[in-house]
Amino acid sequence: MPPIERFRSFSIIAHIDHGKSTLADRILELCKAVDSRDMRAQYLDSMDLERERGITIKAQNVRLDWKDHVLNLIDTPGHVDFGYEVSRSLAACEGALLLVDASQGIEAQTLANCYQALEADLTIVAALNKIDLPAAEPDKRAEEIERVLGIPAHEVLRISAKTGEGVEALLDAIVAQVPPPSGDPDAPLQALMFDSVYDPYRGVVSSVRVFEGTLTSGAKLLYVNAGANHDAEEIGVRRPGMTPVAALGPGEVGYLIAGIKDVGEARVGETVTTAVKPGVAMPGYREPKPMVFCGLYPVDGDEYALLRESLEKLRLNDSSFTYEPETSGALGFGFRCGFLGLLHMEITRERLEREYRLSLVATAPNVEYVAHLTNGGTEIVDNPSSLPPTNDTDFIEEPYTTVTMLTPTEYVGTLMELCQQRRGEMGKMEYLSEERVELVYELPLAEIVMDFFDQLKSRTKGYASLDYEPSGYRRSNLVKVDVLLNSAPVDAFSAIVHRDKAYDYGRRMTQKLRELIPRQLFDVPIQAAISGRIIARETVKAKRKDVIAKCYGGDISRKRKLLDRQKEGKKRMKQIGRVEVPQEAFVAALTLDD
Amino acid sequence: MIPGVDPDRPGVYVHVPFCTHRCDYCAFTTFTDRGHLIGEYVDACVTHVGRLVASGRLVEAATVYVGGGTPSLVPSADLARLLDAIPRAADAEVTVEVNPDSVDGTALATYRSAGVTRVSVGVQSTRPTVLAALGRTHDRDNVTRTVDALHRVGLPSWNLDLIVGAAGETDADLDATLDEVLALEPPHLSVYGLMVEPGTPLARRVADGEVPAPDPDVQADRYLVADARLTAAGLDWYEVSNWARPGHECRHNLGYWAGADCLAVGAAAHGHLAGTRWVNVPTPESYVRRVADGLDPAASSETVGPATRERERTGLALRTRWGVPVPPDRTDRLADLVGAGLVEVTDGRVVCTPAGRLLASEVTLALWPDAHDDPDGPSPAARPGVGTRYH
Repeated sequence: MPPIERFRSFSIIAHIDHGKSTLADRILELCKAVDSRDMRAQYLDSMDLERERGITIKAQNVRLDWKDHVLNLIDTPGHVDFGYEVSRSLAACEGALLLVDASQGIEAQTLANCYQALEADLTIVAALNKIDLPAAEPDKRAEEIERVLGIPAHEVLRISAKTGEGVEALLDAIVAQVPPPSGDPDAPLQALMFDSVYDPYRGVVSSVRVFEGTLTSGAKLLYVNAGANHDAEEIGVRRPGMTPVAALGPGEVGYLIAGIKDVGEARVGETVTTAVKPGVAMPGYREPKPMVFCGLYPVDGDEYALLRESLEKLRLNDSSFTYEPETSGALGFGFRCGFLGLLHMEITRERLEREYRLSLVATAPNVEYVAHLTNGGTEIVDNPSSLPPTNDTDFIEEPYTTVTMLTPTEYVGTLMELCQQRRGEMGKMEYLSEERVELVYELPLAEIVMDFFDQLKSRTKGYASLDYEPSGYRRSNLVKVDVLLNSAPVDAFSAIVHRDKAYDYGRRMTQKLRELIPRQLFDVPIQAAISGRIIARETVKAKRKDVIAKCYGGDISRKRKLLDRQKEGKKRMKQIGRVEVPQEAFVAALTLDD
Repeated sequence: MIPGVDPDRPGVYVHVPFCTHRCDYCAFTTFTDRGHLIGEYVDACVTHVGRLVASGRLVEAATVYVGGGTPSLVPSADLARLLDAIPRAADAEVTVEVNPDSVDGTALATYRSAGVTRVSVGVQSTRPTVLAALGRTHDRDNVTRTVDALHRVGLPSWNLDLIVGAAGETDADLDATLDEVLALEPPHLSVYGLMVEPGTPLARRVADGEVPAPDPDVQADRYLVADARLTAAGLDWYEVSNWARPGHECRHNLGYWAGADCLAVGAAAHGHLAGTRWVNVPTPESYVRRVADGLDPAASSETVGPATRERERTGLALRTRWGVPVPPDRTDRLADLVGAGLVEVTDGRVVCTPAGRLLASEVTLALWPDAHDDPDGPSPAARPGVGTRYH
């Protein structure tokens, strides 16, 4: 095995679509880790959903031979929801490769991750990708990088992951610039866990980076934060196929299988040491904390047990979402689920529907409020319908976030307007270059959860990018807006909104529901109310015509099939009282136009 | 329960897929460029009928219906030759669809002597603006002339077809059309709400925003107006889109709604025999070739199982004034429908009210057995999103 001085561990920090996966593919080819016959595009994105969405959710890693050095490439999650996972992946490295699209320039999240890397004392090697494209402006983009990160423009490499141009030089630069790891193989073991996935055959497979000491196969291990003991059943490295080894020393990255069935017992950020000679916990460990909540209900009430079973299974693979049973007057039995962010929520829901074949109703997402009661107590509210009555409430606090946006100059006005509408307070505005501006706002998380990202993208033709981090709770003037269908309140439609926006919200919500709820056999009034007082009303007029005018010889089968389809369509609707409500209506709040 | 249907004798449907012009809304199989094929097409139909007779499938037709397309484009002598080939019961109803601008007194006289008992005239409207919006080429005078000729020939029964809900049609247009049409004292009227069928020129024009889609509420209003006017004029409603003086109901169509057997002659014609439904090959050329080659012209068929047939029967009967027997296990839903004024229950049968006829699909779904009670099950294509369940 090569000496420790020949090891280099690095992550790639890049925005979605800036070519990270393509570059990883090229590197794997150059290092002959993958036979080009077996090469499938974007080797590291293994989940179907990851490929479809072009993002990385789980951190992958691979050990590569480059000339006489060993490279550990650690792929980081590429979305703001998974910021903590990113920080742990970075903590496992000495260097970071900043990859920026030479026509797009650096994006908000990439910048945020770079700052994290700098804070963690990582050496940053910057490269502009896609220089083969006609729209590439590498000089300009290099200057921007110099301005925001202080990396001299002339040191920024220029590559095309697609053609392979400059990729060899990039690997050489990583070897030259990223420092080798250090550590004492005989010291007490300190290995950082930066990823865990559940494999139905092998149990939990964790990715670890050894800092001090030696991780040996068969060792009695202590998971420091969890305070639990496990046996190292198998350790190994990914090349990228899993290859067992007898030991992993300081600076080495590999996998660990320890007979664990639930990823919640092998959390990202955990420190692994030995039971006999324990080392101390590495800094930076955090319990995952859900930020966004929604109710998940089976469309067919008979599938409740199946939903619970599916949630249990899914949680084996993702300990960062939470679920608690809840009952809704409108939707019946279901679960209140907590997620790291909106994407995490969407992905989880999609996986449940796809992998477990469930048909689900999801309520509009909300954040977690703190209600301070007149009796001095507090109540955590993660479901709008359970907000205590106004009379019992002294005041309510809601979570705020610091939001960083990078945008071309021409969209600054429209973004400021958006932030203003969303109760934002400007913190900072700085020109990165003549064309690009960094905007920092304090915004309630609830406002971001409501389609802020879509608005940002549509207002800036997709050019602006966003990153946010929690910045604590603040007192706000909030009220609960209820929605009544056919004069009966529907708990699943309740929302907590700022008092100044409540009327507007009620009006738009009732209008939207009028569009989404199909006409029934009777008039359906839709009302919005605050504390029982009606603030808006719309009516879905009764349907008057639903008949096939002509029904002769050839029409008979066609008519029967149409009726079959119509009947199936009704089954996918949720029956609330006498009203048939389509699934989309429960997330209507997400699609209210400003 | 539907009267006038002879369960032992099938109907015969003959399709004539030729037109001089395609109307914008029309979704029937028809061709405007193949008039030169009419002669050999009729020959093929005659040959095909001969085989049905020889094979014993056609002994005696209870009804014959020649539809299109435009049957009146077939020279009347040829049409007579075709009808002569079809063995019929003594009291058989024989209907021919005609276009007001391609039929004349001579042709009608020939039809009459060939045994035609009933003619259906595609009027659609008497208003020039509405006719233009529908892409029709005839005018009011054609209609009057045709009806005069029907009287001269002495046909025992005849029908006028109307369409309501075309773009630009006003309440006044409908009133005027009804005034003019009722003045002709037809024994039978069909009034169809305009449907935008996929693939038609009308569907394209609606998709392109050239003309608005028919407003269902306006169609509903006009339907109710027409129903009241027709009823007052002595035409009794008997199916969603059909009204007749007593004894003038179309027996051939009653056969469809009663689930009776019907043989199919001609391209794109649909047939039904003992639980099998089929459609003939779609073009006149392919039909002529199949028959010449001694082959069955059916292009595809489906088996309609007993439970599916029962559901069909319910759906079809609910479209008629005879309705269905009160379903034993649908008490709550039936009460809802009665409460909503959509059906009435008399003498143990459920019949749609005028408002209910307009919502016949909803009424049918409410009274259908649940799919899981249905041993045939709905066709797989109609059940998206249902696959192997995870357990």
